[in-house]
Amino acid sequence: MSAGSGTGASAPVAEHGGGDVRGARRLRQVRELGILLALALIVAATAVANPGFLSGQSIRDLLLSATLLTILAVGQTLVIVTRSVDLSVGSVLGLAAFATGTLFAAFPGLPVAVAVLAGVALGAVCGAVNGALVAVARVPALVVTLGTLYAFRGVDYWWAAGTQINAADMPASFLGLGRTAVLGVPVPALVALAVVLAAGWYLASYRSGRELYAIGSEPHAARLSGIPVDRRIFAAFVVNGALAGLAGVLYAARFGTLDATVGTGLELQVVAAAVVGGVAIFGGSGTVYGAALGAVLLTTIGSALPVLRVSGFWQQAVVGLLILVAIGMDRILAVRAARRLRGGGPDGT
Amino acid sequence: MAPEVTERDAAATAAPPPRGRAVRRILAGRESGVLGALLLTVLAASFLVEGFATGRNAGFLILDVAAIAIIALPMTLVVITGEIDLSVASTLGLTSAVMGHLWVAGLPLETIVPLCLVLGAVLGAVNGLLVTVAGLPSLAVTIGTMALYRGLAYVVLGDTAVADFPPAWTAAAVGRLPGTDVPQVAVLIMVLALAVGVLLHATPVGRSLYAIGSNDEAARFSGIPVRWTRLWLFVATGAGAALAGVFWTLQYGSARADNANGLELSVIAAVLLGGVSIFGGRGALPGVIGGVLLLGAIRNALQLADVSSDTLNIVTGLLLVASVVAPNLVARLRERRPRSGVPPARPRTPDRPLRTEES
Repeated sequence: MSAGSGTGASAPVAEHGGGDVRGARRLRQVRELGILLALALIVAATAVANPGFLSGQSIRDLLLSATLLTILAVGQTLVIVTRSVDLSVGSVLGLAAFATGTLFAAFPGLPVAVAVLAGVALGAVCGAVNGALVAVARVPALVVTLGTLYAFRGVDYWWAAGTQINAADMPASFLGLGRTAVLGVPVPALVALAVVLAAGWYLASYRSGRELYAIGSEPHAARLSGIPVDRRIFAAFVVNGALAGLAGVLYAARFGTLDATVGTGLELQVVAAAVVGGVAIFGGSGTVYGAALGAVLLTTIGSALPVLRVSGFWQQAVVGLLILVAIGMDRILAVRAARRLRGGGPDGT
Repeated sequence: MAPEVTERDAAATAAPPPRGRAVRRILAGRESGVLGALLLTVLAASFLVEGFATGRNAGFLILDVAAIAIIALPMTLVVITGEIDLSVASTLGLTSAVMGHLWVAGLPLETIVPLCLVLGAVLGAVNGLLVTVAGLPSLAVTIGTMALYRGLAYVVLGDTAVADFPPAWTAAAVGRLPGTDVPQVAVLIMVLALAVGVLLHATPVGRSLYAIGSNDEAARFSGIPVRWTRLWLFVATGAGAALAGVFWTLQYGSARADNANGLELSVIAAVLLGGVSIFGGRGALPGVIGGVLLLGAIRNALQLADVSSDTLNIVTGLLLVASVVAPNLVARLRERRPRSGVPPARPRTPDRPLRTEES
């Protein structure tokens, strides 16, 4: 994956004083290959247990399920790369999904595009709240988004007031979004693919994209070198919120049944997908392609468990374990890279 | 650091001040803010909300915040050293699930309760080892174990509930001191709070926690066993969460895997409301107790005023945000003031929105 070109490419090893661009790129490729390998292993093992796992319908279902997580993981990557985190995405998704449904229930003849835009805009507003608190009030992102996770969810509960929106409240053309396919690929999966490619291209080739890595590597140095740090972080949060809003709209289109609990607890999976995909939680390194692979891996594990006759109750434990393994592996790789740069000297960090 | 050192800085780095200054320090510190807010809230709620200012309700309020208080005590120490533990609510859930499982398996509660406390300590030790030995950031580690422990709780108990605990035990958990409305658990919390308070504010170990939180490298060079201390704090937090889990299970008479889902938010909100700095190195126990009570009083008053508990999440969430935004804004306003006044207390680290461990 070619995001490792340009100024920020040395991010993973920058703190050790090296500019080993090729090494950094190799490190990332090792990570992404590792995920692909794990993915292949799981698919193979599951297919052996039940050949039906590889049928066209089953793969289409898998792609569809991975869609939401992939979109959220892409947004989360933008934020984590700047050394922040957004834990409120699950609540934003829920809020946007419910808003979309409510909009259709209130104005049955509404064009689909307007509803989609409204959901995305609501997500962006939520992201802007987070971004303003983090970038302007300079409060740690973890605490802010932990707070807004509950605040947005509370708003959702207060708004829904125990009611539910059903598929009957929404036009068929909107619900069709979740079911139609182009060349056998479901539309939401295409949307997710477009988001991944666009974000990947932006992060790799645009000046402001590279600046996000610079901010995550060393915020102080980024500020001193004239990067508008606050504005970039704010923008990352707004985009992440908008993507969560988009995911909420897609959720509404796909599932049709909406209440205030939609998307609860999703943030853990999203952070897990990004971290498993090699996005360093310290910021400054990682690609959206890796995050997307992480999302597909998590989704595959989720759908493989029942096929392998493992209780679905294991899923959350597996997510937790994967996070720990991923950050542990990053740490080992970083320590080894540092050692190599120092000519085999002791670690000493 | 500036040549003129503020009182609080002196307190954070030097020996404990004499008593008179300690009182003045508390009055001048961030703790006074939360204690004032608590007083105002209680007064306002007493006048505005029917049924708030009764002994009976005060008893319920204490029971409601008991689990939060038990976890907040060790969490305060963890946050003062500049770390965080997000896995406490999941530790509580796993303890509760294991407690239910063992009870169904036929063990007596006299055996189960100590086992659960040991389990909590082990879960905390896993966090602590990953942070101290593996050198991973506590934030990432405890997000991972938050999912892992909660997941294991589901593995242990599934979506079933165990609710046939002996009435003698469940009644004891919510029991009142004879002749009063004060729950018995308040005594336990007071004893624990006293122990933690003495440890934090009157022993060399307590002083060393502030030193670690202010600058862990300097602390290490001055001979403080930084890793060892951190490890023990995580163990203590795990054990505290397990104690809260045992209490929670008996209080509600039900062991479930999703017990106390999201409680980590309330715990961290209470600690930060109490004036403990999320960046480490600052905070005092009286403030945290005030934070716990403030959170409880607001939720209790709103519940009496018929606000649903799901909607109450807005209040808890906003309080958490406000509790970190307010001191940050105050600090920045102070920095803008001319230097002749009170000098800024301590260089902040505003460029690090996400705390990371770089040791």
